[in-house]
Amino acid sequence: MYPNDFYYTKDHEWIKLEGDEGLVGITDFAQHQLGDIIFVELPQVGKELGTHQSIGVVESVKSVSDVYSPVAGLITAVNDDLSQTADLLNKDPHGKGWIIRLKIKEKKELGGLMKASEYEKFLEGLEA
Amino acid sequence: MDKTRFNELHKKLGAKMVEFVGWEMPIEYKGIIDEHMAVRTRAGLFDVSHMGEVLVTGKGALAYVQWLTPNDAARLGPGQVQYTALMTPESTFVDDMLVYCMGPETYFLVVNAANVAKDFAWIAGHTKGFDVKVENQSAAYSQVALQGPLAEKILQPLTDVNLAGMKSFWWARGKVSGISCLVSRTGYTGEDGFEVYTTDPNPGPVWTTIIEKGTPLGLLPIGLGARDTLRLESKLMLYGNDITDQTTVLEADLKWIVKLQKGDFLGKPVIERQLAEGLKRKLVGFELVDKGVARPHYPAYVRGRRAAEVCSGTFSPLLKKSIGLVYLPLEATAVGTEFEIGIRDRMAKAKVVPTPFYKRADRK
Repeated sequence: MYPNDFYYTKDHEWIKLEGDEGLVGITDFAQHQLGDIIFVELPQVGKELGTHQSIGVVESVKSVSDVYSPVAGLITAVNDDLSQTADLLNKDPHGKGWIIRLKIKEKKELGGLMKASEYEKFLEGLEA
Repeated sequence: MDKTRFNELHKKLGAKMVEFVGWEMPIEYKGIIDEHMAVRTRAGLFDVSHMGEVLVTGKGALAYVQWLTPNDAARLGPGQVQYTALMTPESTFVDDMLVYCMGPETYFLVVNAANVAKDFAWIAGHTKGFDVKVENQSAAYSQVALQGPLAEKILQPLTDVNLAGMKSFWWARGKVSGISCLVSRTGYTGEDGFEVYTTDPNPGPVWTTIIEKGTPLGLLPIGLGARDTLRLESKLMLYGNDITDQTTVLEADLKWIVKLQKGDFLGKPVIERQLAEGLKRKLVGFELVDKGVARPHYPAYVRGRRAAEVCSGTFSPLLKKSIGLVYLPLEATAVGTEFEIGIRDRMAKAKVVPTPFYKRADRK
């Protein structure tokens, strides 16, 4: 379920390392908690993000949630498909529902994040 | 948390449960949008057992109901239901409610789950001078609501109550799946449908047989999430959001439940004064013009000045837009008036629109 090559945060974001860059999104658990997602407030390309800074906001029918950047970096791309089809976040949160791509400031920040099996254990702990 | 008698059934159906005014209730099963559209196009079943029921009996029962409410309960014969409100002397709301006439000395009041204790204390607290007995029957009752165009088709095979002959806002007693019930053609969704009340301590079959009968026709169980989006599209009030003890019945655009000629009632003098002086603000419907969702408590600005807070606001699954209700100063209440709503750090354009946002094609 949770891709082995992703890193995960306690706020249910994932980051996939691609060279010096990372692709960022929200996990399947997060999209399920949010319910039907209707709108995503996306940031601008070129924005600098600090660790755990809000990337943007996801609006579902019944709630609003911030998405936080797992690591510090510079936004190099934003998934414009989401402005037309926000429910990509529900349908394919680990793939087509990616939110931003950023140039990672410090790769060693990834060491502080969870790997897939740790994240799955973390989720089991939540549901207990 | 309190649990309704259908609690385990929701969990078996995979409901996401939440706490709501002290009750453990299903917020969604399949998803709010799917559930919402099921009710609009086929049917949905809601557990609404958390609502409150108060019985008013005695020779003074009608006179007492007339005193507590602005609508004219004298128009009701046994078998009829009326939407009305419990009013304060300031013509603001203690709650909105339904009054079921069970006879000239018997009135069955159905109130919001959030207000059961408060409403019962209010109803029991104004009886001086009236020959009435007031009984809180909420704990005994379980209730489900079956709503949608297929509601009658699904329920009729399960009941001896003649549903085809039941007009909107009428009720009757009968059996549903062998269980004694009160069935009314009422609801909180804007669709045709029925509310089914029972004091049977084992009401489970009412839920399970309706699910069984309805599922092949596309019926879904519906949670509180879709209950809110459905009622808002139909501009049905939610106490605490749209009507409170700070909003008058005229400001709330509910003049139609006020029948001044019926006699005196709590709040009447203030209503008469407001009719003479005019209103300063009124509840209107809006839709967001810019992207986003305007939610309760977001600030509303008229010509740059902060004027109010959004009362109810959500994303309408049917209309696919952000809709809501807000009290605007009278000069900004004309349909088409543009104003702004603060959504986090930006000002989003909104405009006043006619309500209800959705009206079903046929009305029984």
